[in-house]
Amino acid sequence: MMQVKVWRGSAEGAFQQFEVPRHASQTVLDVVTHIQRMLDPTLAYRFACRVGMCGSCAMTVNGVARWTCRTHVDKVAQNDQMEIAPLRNLPVIRDLVTDMREFFNKWAKAKGQFSGSLTKNEDFQKVKPDSPGRVAVDAGIECIGCAVCYSSCDVVAARPDYLGPAALNRAWTLVQDERDAMSMERLRAVAGDAGCHSCHTHMSCTERCPKGISPTAGIAGLKREIARAVWRGTL
Amino acid sequence: MERNALSVRTQSLLWVAQRASAALLALCVVVHLATMVYAVRGGLTAAEILARTRGSYAWLAFYSLFVLAIVVHVPIGLRAVLEEWVKWRGASRDIALLGFAAVIAWAGMRAVLGVFL
Repeated sequence: MMQVKVWRGSAEGAFQQFEVPRHASQTVLDVVTHIQRMLDPTLAYRFACRVGMCGSCAMTVNGVARWTCRTHVDKVAQNDQMEIAPLRNLPVIRDLVTDMREFFNKWAKAKGQFSGSLTKNEDFQKVKPDSPGRVAVDAGIECIGCAVCYSSCDVVAARPDYLGPAALNRAWTLVQDERDAMSMERLRAVAGDAGCHSCHTHMSCTERCPKGISPTAGIAGLKREIARAVWRGTL
Repeated sequence: MERNALSVRTQSLLWVAQRASAALLALCVVVHLATMVYAVRGGLTAAEILARTRGSYAWLAFYSLFVLAIVVHVPIGLRAVLEEWVKWRGASRDIALLGFAAVIAWAGMRAVLGVFL
């Protein structure tokens, strides 16, 4: 058995203690699901795919933001104890469920949509797999939008309008996409105090990203591109 | 909400200026520390130091550059510190920082000229 403390309430609330049986290869999500199904059906939490693809089950486990479906209890439990809380830097709706609207709104603010220049009447644009742009895109494209990076970022905590690592990483993959036609507009959207220039390079996002992405590297790339644009007078 | 008194281009320029001044400071601080260590360990008196700096355009140029790098670097850094720690943003902060930059420029150049003249 293990002792699990789970956050109950919203911004105001308290941890509630549960006793959960241990199993081999048990994930943190298994623990939360056990509590909801066997001990307290009123517990609110969010998950969908259970296999690390959908990005909906991230929570703060023993103080660290993690994707719970792919986090084994063996890895995080200390002396058969665990504390599970909602993600930091996002408003809590109830228990372990956060309101992720602002997180995704910031992707839109960072112009996270692809904007092509070709019509369907033209041939496909060919992108060489080993071109520098494509390699840079590959490094950042597997983001699942779980908000672990956003929750781990101290700059987001210090200035709530900061776009955050995920949105900036998304912008970086599009800036590096040679098919995209909105580059300069996007650089303008991610420049300045609310954008990439506020990153302190703490690298918590890179440390915590479950997909092994380095938003820090993308943000540094954006700073470089913006410095170039300022130099050329095109920003 | 009072968001930002400066354009995105100016905000980006400030970042470039801070990076460039940081590079300059890395060099200036090393030279400055090496000079201090040399002067102290060599046992130079104040009079001997002044004899080397008075009328020396090389030292004047070096320390003026040092002051300039500080005047650029410190207020831009404080701009972020003030926003993140005391939530002071907008035009009032930027004007106050311009004033602060003037104060450190004055104090710094006063010290530089103090050993040159």
